[in-house]
Amino acid sequence: MRGSRPGMMNLSMASTSRPKLVTTLLLLPAGLFFVFLLLVPLAVVLIFSFGERAPAGGYMPAFTLQNYMDLPARGKAFFNTLTLAPLGTLLTALFAFPMAYFLAVKVSPKWRVTLLILVMAPFWTSQLLRYYAWMMILGNKGIPGWLAMVGLDVRIINTPWAVLIGAVYGFLPLMVPPIYVSLEKLDKRLLEASADLGATPARTFWQVTLPLALPGVATGSMLVFILLMGDYILPQFLGGGKVFFIGNALVDLFLQSRNWPFGAAVSVALVAIMFVTIYVYMRFVLSKTDTRRAALV
Amino acid sequence: MNAPPNVIEFRKVTKRFGDVAAVADNDLAVKAGEFLSILGPSGCGKTTSLRMMAGFEQPTEGEVFIRGENVTGVPAYRRPVNMVFQHYALFPHLSVADNVSYGLRQRNPKPSKAQIDRAVDEALAMVRLSGYGKRRSYELSGGQQQRVALARALINRPAVLLLDEPLAALDRKLRRDMQIELQNLQRDVGITFLLVTHDQEEALSMSDRVCVMREGRIVQTGSPRELYDQPVNRYVADFVGKTNFFAGPSQAEVLSVRPEQIEIAASLTHLPEGLAARLPVKVLNRIFLGEHTEYVVASEQLGAFMVMAPRKSERDAGIYDIGDMIAAGWRAEAERILPNN
Repeated sequence: MRGSRPGMMNLSMASTSRPKLVTTLLLLPAGLFFVFLLLVPLAVVLIFSFGERAPAGGYMPAFTLQNYMDLPARGKAFFNTLTLAPLGTLLTALFAFPMAYFLAVKVSPKWRVTLLILVMAPFWTSQLLRYYAWMMILGNKGIPGWLAMVGLDVRIINTPWAVLIGAVYGFLPLMVPPIYVSLEKLDKRLLEASADLGATPARTFWQVTLPLALPGVATGSMLVFILLMGDYILPQFLGGGKVFFIGNALVDLFLQSRNWPFGAAVSVALVAIMFVTIYVYMRFVLSKTDTRRAALV
Repeated sequence: MNAPPNVIEFRKVTKRFGDVAAVADNDLAVKAGEFLSILGPSGCGKTTSLRMMAGFEQPTEGEVFIRGENVTGVPAYRRPVNMVFQHYALFPHLSVADNVSYGLRQRNPKPSKAQIDRAVDEALAMVRLSGYGKRRSYELSGGQQQRVALARALINRPAVLLLDEPLAALDRKLRRDMQIELQNLQRDVGITFLLVTHDQEEALSMSDRVCVMREGRIVQTGSPRELYDQPVNRYVADFVGKTNFFAGPSQAEVLSVRPEQIEIAASLTHLPEGLAARLPVKVLNRIFLGEHTEYVVASEQLGAFMVMAPRKSERDAGIYDIGDMIAAGWRAEAERILPNN
């Protein structure tokens, strides 16, 4: 708008070449980073995935589809990842939504910042340390230990449940802020309008609050889902080798058995699955809400 | 003969926010079928009153009745009134048709899809937006959004339609059109309209009755004409229309003369007979407004005051220039002595 004023036009025309240079310079670091640390490695991984394992481990040039044929050998890792990552994301969203709602709608502005900081506080300590803590809590001397005293035999550590609990705990701070933001900017008059038109508070929630908060839920879910899909520390610690993810399989293939080509094929499969899932998911969410334009209103 | 029943009634309603009484000891009655405006400056309690009718706020003291039923404490979603919000508050994630049908879809039992579709078509036709059902609200202009908001409320056939400064966001030309449209709509649907506004022109031109509020209290309620011709005090006279105030017979009183009731002429001798006041004055300022001219003139005794001269009276003498020495006067009926508060 401002640029269309006659006075501004001369100025911007005279200096088109300079902003172009500035733009290029500003984008250069990110561009180089993207090309050399993402696209090139990805291409390397793709090439490796068609190669053969060198006798002493590593990569040997070849062209074979054998690595892809062998993927079912890691079926368990794929199964665990593809069930627990979506489930973990869903559970995290279910825990995060009420928290975000409380922070955005119910809490007085005076306390909001403090409470938001508290939500983020777990990030201030090392991830390893936090998972160690959960190992103790969920281990035999933790909660199951106490339950044993009243005669309940419960095992949590090294089960999918432990991984899910860890996922919710670990990723909640990533899920709460985007949902908080979309609830915070939600026009409270829309809620009044809904009530005015006869909707009970519950119906107002389902028909107005939730649909308008969906962009935040989608953003948070994407963040958590992508990180969970590639995670290996969480399953390592709380799954104890019994519940392992693709990430654990990759660590094993690249660092232990040094079968780089097979590891590369597993990586390519993981990237492909993620890409398709995210694409389908985003398409669905955007069609459901039409939120990008709605957010402009 | 029975007086028409009150659709909404406040009985001794007070609303306090902390120590501040936004609405104080208010007795307000909205008659069935009328177009009532609550007029006052911002912070006078008019919006709070409206919100207590809608059920968004509950009174601190007193009772609210809708159609003779005590609804004090009843939440908004169980009240048979609907509101047009100041900035429309249309649902951005829903189409125009889904916005309009929102109220019907909350009903229990829910009307059939065919019934809803028919009602939506009728409602959109009523506000002259047929064929806009599939659009999104943000694709519409301000005036169109306004009409969607009206359709969304009126489709429910509310006991009273509450309008919260509905025209404030529109530009001047559109506002005039919407004023007329609102009036016609109200006559056609026969629903009681209650409008809240700070714009006296809006209130006077549209309403059957106007209720002037000040600092949480009702100062005067009456037809636009009553308010204009018989204001109860200086505040109402000042707020409704334009007027000149001169020193009254006592400290507690003030003399009010409406500018259109003041006559001007080239000299004292040119003024007509039978005037209560005749003053030599000097023209300080002049604003040409087409059908009339607004002068600011000053006399030695009374100071500066405003005169509204119709074109007719200027035809012979022509328009006076700034600095001209002329004469002004008015009849005894033009004088109104009002309490100075």
